[in-house]
Amino acid sequence: MEVIVDQDACAGSGQCVLSAPEVFDQRDTDGIVVLLNDNPDPRLHDDVHEAARICPGRAITLIGP
Amino acid sequence: MTDASSETPMFPIARAAGCPFDPPPELSRNREQAPVSRVRLWDGSTAWMVTRYADVRALLADPRVSVDVAQPGFPHTNAVSKARDTQMKTLMQMDAPEHITNRRRLTAEFMVKRVEALRPTIQQIVDDLIDDLLAGPNPVDLVEAFALPVPSMVICELLGVPYTDRAYFQRVAGELLMDQGDPAKAMAASEELHVYLENLVEERNAEPGDNVFSRLAVEQYRTGAMTRREIATLGQLLLVAGHDTTANTIALGTALLLAHPEQLAAIRDSGDPALVARAVEELLRYLTVTHTESRRVAREDLVVGGQLIRQGEGIIAVKSTANRDPAAFSDPDTLDIHRGARHHVAFGYGAHQCLGQPLARVELQVVFDTLFRRIPTLAPAVPLEELTFKPNAVFYGVRDLPVTW
Repeated sequence: MEVIVDQDACAGSGQCVLSAPEVFDQRDTDGIVVLLNDNPDPRLHDDVHEAARICPGRAITLIGP
Repeated sequence: MTDASSETPMFPIARAAGCPFDPPPELSRNREQAPVSRVRLWDGSTAWMVTRYADVRALLADPRVSVDVAQPGFPHTNAVSKARDTQMKTLMQMDAPEHITNRRRLTAEFMVKRVEALRPTIQQIVDDLIDDLLAGPNPVDLVEAFALPVPSMVICELLGVPYTDRAYFQRVAGELLMDQGDPAKAMAASEELHVYLENLVEERNAEPGDNVFSRLAVEQYRTGAMTRREIATLGQLLLVAGHDTTANTIALGTALLLAHPEQLAAIRDSGDPALVARAVEELLRYLTVTHTESRRVAREDLVVGGQLIRQGEGIIAVKSTANRDPAAFSDPDTLDIHRGARHHVAFGYGAHQCLGQPLARVELQVVFDTLFRRIPTLAPAVPLEELTFKPNAVFYGVRDLPVTW
């Protein structure tokens, strides 16, 4: 799985951090998404899928299974 | 369904007697039979009402719809809401790119790690209020003694507004948030709060502390990026949105759990923060207190759920029925604190999704983790059927919640 984030589309709601804190963080200056790991371990895939599904800015794209 | 005004329902639509925790049955029927249908508004105009989960999400993420309340077709819910929304422009009424600039001035204040750092402070506030409650009269109104003070104290702490002024701003917020009565009175209340908050900007600018108002005073007001008035308008939004929504969810959520004692007991006895977090998501989904819904106006023609909506037409995205949509949630009308469904739209969806949701979540988690554990015998002091609710307020809730222990 490859994870891509779009910081321009990010609304800073922090939902991805609650879903998958090992993969997503928020920038200290403005709360915008920071990607910690663009190729997360399979055990995190369900959480990353949830993050992408609920992101209000549709700022998370997943490539691959 | 036809467009004849006699058959077009009036928004807002009443809930069923005896079902205070459920969306109006007419709306749920619409979701199954006419998911994008017309409603009539207070001023005789009509708007589209969108009731399915998938359509609500698609609509709220669509850049072809606008939150600009000044546009002619924007669906105001009544005269007070029209006066309130058109006279104080906050980031809630701004489209991109203006919205992005304004929202990003605040996103850091509410980000997850910043709010998590507040958890011990919130826990202390909740514990102190429960100490006071247990030492006070029994029975007591849980709204006054607990549900309202928790978020008021938290938002005061975060913003840098003196809690000792709460009687003042709670009264003004109350006048501003009642969706019935005289628009002029609501606007006078708003003006009064603006004057108060503008003075506060000057005070924080002179003596900054570690809070949102101080940072806005130093970073925005002092640099000329925002006027004192603009910060006061923003402050009013944060102060009002920051306590009334959470207060209503605490009181209504407690009433709902008192009606489901086996689920209340599961929360009380679990000691598991993950279960409490799941329970909070379920209360948010099930209750969706923002019952004036997410309202938009079409900037250009678009198709929603197979229905053509013309440029300039108003649209109401009904979050409460979306959150009970069987296409998105199994057995949606059953309260299940174990559900663990975080894809609800209680905080809205799209670029305008609630900015303060991380704060609301932590407050609700601390409250529901602590309240029943500290007061394990908490019980309603009147039959739940006798409670009165707030069908005409901006945020739905229970007016009083007399409890005993």
